[in-house]
Amino acid sequence: MIEGISIYQIITVSTIMFFVGAYGFISRKNLITMLMAIELMLNAVNINFVAFNKYLHPENMQGHFYSLFIIAIAAAEAAVAIAIIINLYRNLHSIDVEDVNKMKH
Amino acid sequence: MDFSFTIYIVLIPLFAFLVNGLLGDKIKDSVSGNLATFALGISTLLSYFTAYHYFLNVGKVDDIYEPITAFNTTWVNFTDKLHIDLGVLIDPISVMMLVVITTVSLLVHIYSLGYMKGDEGFTKFFSFLSLFTFSMLGLVVATNIFQMYMFWELVGVSSYLLIGYYYTKPSAVAASKKAFIVTRFADLGFLIGILFLSYTTGTFDFITINENASAFAQAAPLGFMGLSALTWALILIFIGGAGKSAMFPLHIWLPDAMEGPTPVSALIHAATMVVAGVYLVARLFPIFSAVDPIALEIVAIVGGLSSLFAAIIACTQIDIKRVLAFSTMSQIGYMMLALGVSGMGAEGTGFMASMFHLFTHAMFKALLFLGAGSIIHAVHSNNLTDMGNLRKYMPITHITFLIACLAIAGVPPFSGFFSKDEILVAAMAHNPIYFWIEWLVAGLTAFYMFRLYFGIFWGNKKEHIYAHESPFSMTLPLILLAIGAAFAGFIPFNEFVTSDGGLLHIHIHWDIALPSIAVGLVGILIAFIFYKKESKWPSRMENSVGSLYTYAYNKFYVDEIYMFITKKIIFKRFSTPIAWFDRNVVDASMDGIAKVINYCANKIKGIQSGQLQDYVTAMLVSVIALVFIIIYFTI
Repeated sequence: MIEGISIYQIITVSTIMFFVGAYGFISRKNLITMLMAIELMLNAVNINFVAFNKYLHPENMQGHFYSLFIIAIAAAEAAVAIAIIINLYRNLHSIDVEDVNKMKH
Repeated sequence: MDFSFTIYIVLIPLFAFLVNGLLGDKIKDSVSGNLATFALGISTLLSYFTAYHYFLNVGKVDDIYEPITAFNTTWVNFTDKLHIDLGVLIDPISVMMLVVITTVSLLVHIYSLGYMKGDEGFTKFFSFLSLFTFSMLGLVVATNIFQMYMFWELVGVSSYLLIGYYYTKPSAVAASKKAFIVTRFADLGFLIGILFLSYTTGTFDFITINENASAFAQAAPLGFMGLSALTWALILIFIGGAGKSAMFPLHIWLPDAMEGPTPVSALIHAATMVVAGVYLVARLFPIFSAVDPIALEIVAIVGGLSSLFAAIIACTQIDIKRVLAFSTMSQIGYMMLALGVSGMGAEGTGFMASMFHLFTHAMFKALLFLGAGSIIHAVHSNNLTDMGNLRKYMPITHITFLIACLAIAGVPPFSGFFSKDEILVAAMAHNPIYFWIEWLVAGLTAFYMFRLYFGIFWGNKKEHIYAHESPFSMTLPLILLAIGAAFAGFIPFNEFVTSDGGLLHIHIHWDIALPSIAVGLVGILIAFIFYKKESKWPSRMENSVGSLYTYAYNKFYVDEIYMFITKKIIFKRFSTPIAWFDRNVVDASMDGIAKVINYCANKIKGIQSGQLQDYVTAMLVSVIALVFIIIYFTI
């Protein structure tokens, strides 16, 4: 419980963060920027976990551990994603998402 | 004495088939031919051994030859009552058939070593011959009717393979298909008959069926048209037998089957497979004579009709193998008729005569075919018109062919006389009409056989510079079979092979033998006048009988009638509309569904653009929409 800040304010911040991320993911064409947008969405979720844990079940620690796991996995995922992007760049000489369209019908 | 070794008589040819069939090209021709011949030699010795011990040493119990189950194993066990066995049944007719089949098959194997020499498919040929011999032996030793049916189909397959042996020739392919389809069609009757028979008697086993024949016949439920179910079963089984034995009107495959190599014709289409129908009726003879007499009467009528019909056609044919094919049909008609007029026990002259004739016929007809093969080998033609004056070039073939002709014409003391005489006695005792028909056929037989003989070996003065006597491997079987054809008549069949296993008292009836000898001699005399030298008689004769000659020459248009029925009626009136329905209704509805799906898929495939962000947008919008829907419906 943090003095002077209610759960609604925290959730408002995380919601804004999530939709900023979603908007970035859809609107940006650069794959690196899109990866950053994904990280933004993930961290919005992390804030939710920690906040709900703290405000609703302060005696438990699951929410904190979940967010720690998510951070670890997000690091791994970022590594994989960057590897994919580097490979794409080697093959296509571009990291524009619109050039990656080989997998259509 | 333990007869369980008899299983090897059947299995050794199977072994030869497997070795030759599986190794195929990997072994030399000489090895494969000798292997098959040697294997069959062992089988032959074993069957002679069996025959010796069965007939002379141990078969007789209280003056009656009892059937012995030498070997039996349950092959498929459905329930306690319904099980299919495989085994070896030893009784007079099966032992006699073992001797006939192995002897003729061995001689045909030896003959083929010479006849097929240098042929491309030598190994294949011998493996098929072994397969056929195995199937035929399995057929005759069958302990139950289901085993017989299986081997019955196996001989059908091997016959199909061997007729179509020259598979590059379209006529041979057509002939093999025809033989298979016609006999298979007849076997449908056989199968239904087996179902009826086993349903009414509750068993497949031959010994059980035959020993309780009269009890079964009385207990059989009434079937259809006043005849019991058992009678119908036997009539249907006889249809199968008639198909295999080329009885009218299911005979059309036999003349065409002559497309196969000549040794095959001698083995399958003269001596062994085509008598399977006779053997089938003989095997079930106790029950045939126990049911309504109409069943045996049908056998007799079909046999008599076929023998007359085939004999008339044989007089007009030019292809020598076809003449022999119709002659075979005619002689099998004799055997069927003899079975049809026979009774059990003391009245069983017909049964004995039929088996006797089967035995002698196997000898002289195999000899005739092998002789014809020898001639064809020398002249390279099947046509009588291409032959003549061959006696100087082929002395051994000439003499042996003459012996066979005398035997089939029923001239004493050759074998055919004795067996034919017994058949005529049996026919006379049953119904004089049958006797006179067969008497006429005896005359026709003598005529057409000597027409062949004079046409091939005498006749007009054609010189065949290239004609020569065949190699020893081909003349040896001819000589051995000629000895058989000449002296087989002296075997006392009435002691060995009778309907109930007991002794049957017979003697030569000169009042019947003399007219039959006379008509045979008349037939020979007419052939002598007509064909010894080129004369005007044959053409004058053809003109005087007019259309009868044309009909007979065209085999009474039976093939054309079948063609008309199948093509014009069945194909056109039934099959074509059914095919239309299948193509335009059944198939078309399935095709329609597939087409609709394909069309829709084409229309919506543009959604899958390959742009990642389009997908994400769609997903996001959908999730939000779902959230709103859920909130709307839950609150």
